[in-house]
Amino acid sequence: MQQLLYFLKRFRYFLLFLLLEIVALILTVNQHSYHQSKVVNSANQITGGLFNKVNTINEFFLLKDENQTLADENIRLKNQLEQIKQFQNLPSDSVTNIASQAVAYFGAKIINNNFSKRNNVLTINAGSNNGIEQDMGVINSKGIIGVTQRTSGNFSTVLSILNSNSKINVRLKKSDTQGTLTWNGLDYNICQIEDIPRQALLEVGDTIITGGKSAIFPEGIPVGVVKDFQFEHNIYKEINITLFNDMSAIGHVQVIKNFRKKEQELLEQQANN
Amino acid sequence: MNSLYLKNGFRFVLLVIVQGLVFNHINLFNYINPFIYILFIFLFPVRKNIGPFLIISFLLGLSVDFFSDSGGIHAAASTFIAFARLPYLKFVLGKSDFDFLLFHLGGIPLSKAIVFLSGLTFVHHLIVFSLEYFSLSEFVVILSKTFYTSLFTIFLSILALLLFSKRK
Repeated sequence: MQQLLYFLKRFRYFLLFLLLEIVALILTVNQHSYHQSKVVNSANQITGGLFNKVNTINEFFLLKDENQTLADENIRLKNQLEQIKQFQNLPSDSVTNIASQAVAYFGAKIINNNFSKRNNVLTINAGSNNGIEQDMGVINSKGIIGVTQRTSGNFSTVLSILNSNSKINVRLKKSDTQGTLTWNGLDYNICQIEDIPRQALLEVGDTIITGGKSAIFPEGIPVGVVKDFQFEHNIYKEINITLFNDMSAIGHVQVIKNFRKKEQELLEQQANN
Repeated sequence: MNSLYLKNGFRFVLLVIVQGLVFNHINLFNYINPFIYILFIFLFPVRKNIGPFLIISFLLGLSVDFFSDSGGIHAAASTFIAFARLPYLKFVLGKSDFDFLLFHLGGIPLSKAIVFLSGLTFVHHLIVFSLEYFSLSEFVVILSKTFYTSLFTIFLSILALLLFSKRK
């Protein structure tokens, strides 16, 4: 007993050190496995609030670019609306009728952007009070950005597509060939596509869009264009995609709520059992 | 003694906020973000009882983790260099014993201070990037990121020390 006490006293700092390191490593491993409970994240009042404060200052300097992007998008949407009206002869208020919609968009703003790490996580200034839940798609007018992860009252974290845990179902625009969007951690403008079947016809310059197989992203959201690829031993290797989005400069985003997500997931679950 | 607590408490909060809001978003050459917050660990008073120091360093790292959404990466690295600080300092100075109460970083020769800073910074960054990538196959990326980010952190640390410490 006395020897044990002596041992503990002699190595108390080392034991404390080991304890702290183990706690830190558990937190790190938790972070690496995406669906486990995560303790340390920036969707809380303190860090979220600080990010928000700084962002209001930054916003002021970026107003001009932001306005331009929004104006461009407005024009594009108005054109689309006119085209739909021509075909369907809709009354003007039916477009805003959310109940019949399959998806709805919530506006939010990125208040903490990261793109230089291996596993990037963003923070947006909308949370459960604004209707944000886990596993909602985040996009902007140019393309996809990520998937919501943790939410607090007023903030949420977003698992960026620039993260080793991010795997998003995508497809070629010209054919129905499906693949998975991943990121190798090197260049924030370049993503990779895996699981492309060998019989698929792929060319440099092909447009990649979301596949619509998961309930997170609807089909047809732009992702990028094929930059280069290797075809060895009858297998596609290292298909690089240039993203439409400049991930270093993203501000206003839209979060997608899929009203039919629960229905789809329930059905898929039943089918699997 | 009271002013010592106040000074270090202030330094803790200031460095965490500056790290979280400014230095995490520098992105020099697209990916270099210095971890300037470890200055706190270099400047914390040297004592024989390192218990409180280890816990405070852990909390320092954890606070930065909250800002960077990185689990416990910075907590692990900070605790490690906090534990290694005293033995490494003894090794750099070539002394086995010195006056703990009177020691401060501004009081030792600049070249030795730089060796002290660089060693701990490099180890800290190596741990951070190894845990971030979490795979042996990306060893080259980890090393290059460690090297370039360390250079930037060391440069800023020395600059901060020269600017803010009273060197005679």
